[in-house]
Amino acid sequence: MPSDEYLEGIYYIQGRDFVDAGVVSSEIKRTLKDKGIPENIIRRVAIIAFEAEVNIISYADQGTIQLFIEPEAITIEAVDIGQGIPDIEQALVEGFSTADDAIREMGFGAGMGLANIKKSSDIFKLASEPGSGTHLTSIIKLNGQ
Amino acid sequence: MTLETLVEQLNLKCKCCWEKLKTTEIKGGYAGDLLSDVMANSQEGNVWVTRQVHVNIVAVASLKEHAGIVIVQGANPEKDTIDRATREGIPIMVSDLPEFELVGRIYQLIQNG
Repeated sequence: MPSDEYLEGIYYIQGRDFVDAGVVSSEIKRTLKDKGIPENIIRRVAIIAFEAEVNIISYADQGTIQLFIEPEAITIEAVDIGQGIPDIEQALVEGFSTADDAIREMGFGAGMGLANIKKSSDIFKLASEPGSGTHLTSIIKLNGQ
Repeated sequence: MTLETLVEQLNLKCKCCWEKLKTTEIKGGYAGDLLSDVMANSQEGNVWVTRQVHVNIVAVASLKEHAGIVIVQGANPEKDTIDRATREGIPIMVSDLPEFELVGRIYQLIQNG
């Protein structure tokens, strides 16, 4: 995790609160715009933040997303307390989903979220302890490498 | 092409943000009901065609800076959806056509400039 001096915001997310899905990612996007971060980077961070937010809402009891802006990279840390992921490799397969019908009816739970986050990240780390929670780290480099 | 032209040509019912129709230019479109697919693959300025009606479509359209959302098959957006779209300035329009037919017509209009 980057040093606290680069911490730009901590956003709290309540599990199952689908009405507010997108509020945190919109806030993160606004912050990046205010900071003058390039558009192509903002587009990638918006996808990562939205999917991380929806994952916490869909599968966890509660969680936080932290946004770090360093001179050379943006880091999103999504940490939740919840059921966790028993098999991370399987969870990363596009199309694999454990979402229930209620989640799917809203257009979520298609098994694309983690794959989208991974695709949009330069560095992607996912750790989980089943029954306790999940920790996702996504880093986007600002120097285009 | 502006949203206003789209509304007139296809007889869409506009549910909110009427004031933006005249000035909003459409830059292509995207059709989809899976929000992750739309997040990953749609572009800024697209008109988004969907059958989803709940409030989360506004978050997606706002994050992606879509020109607007067109809901198909005469489905009515929920009140929360209209309220959020009004706050975020995302025009929502409704068509009675099925998704396949509406997308075809929008594509044709955009191609013809």
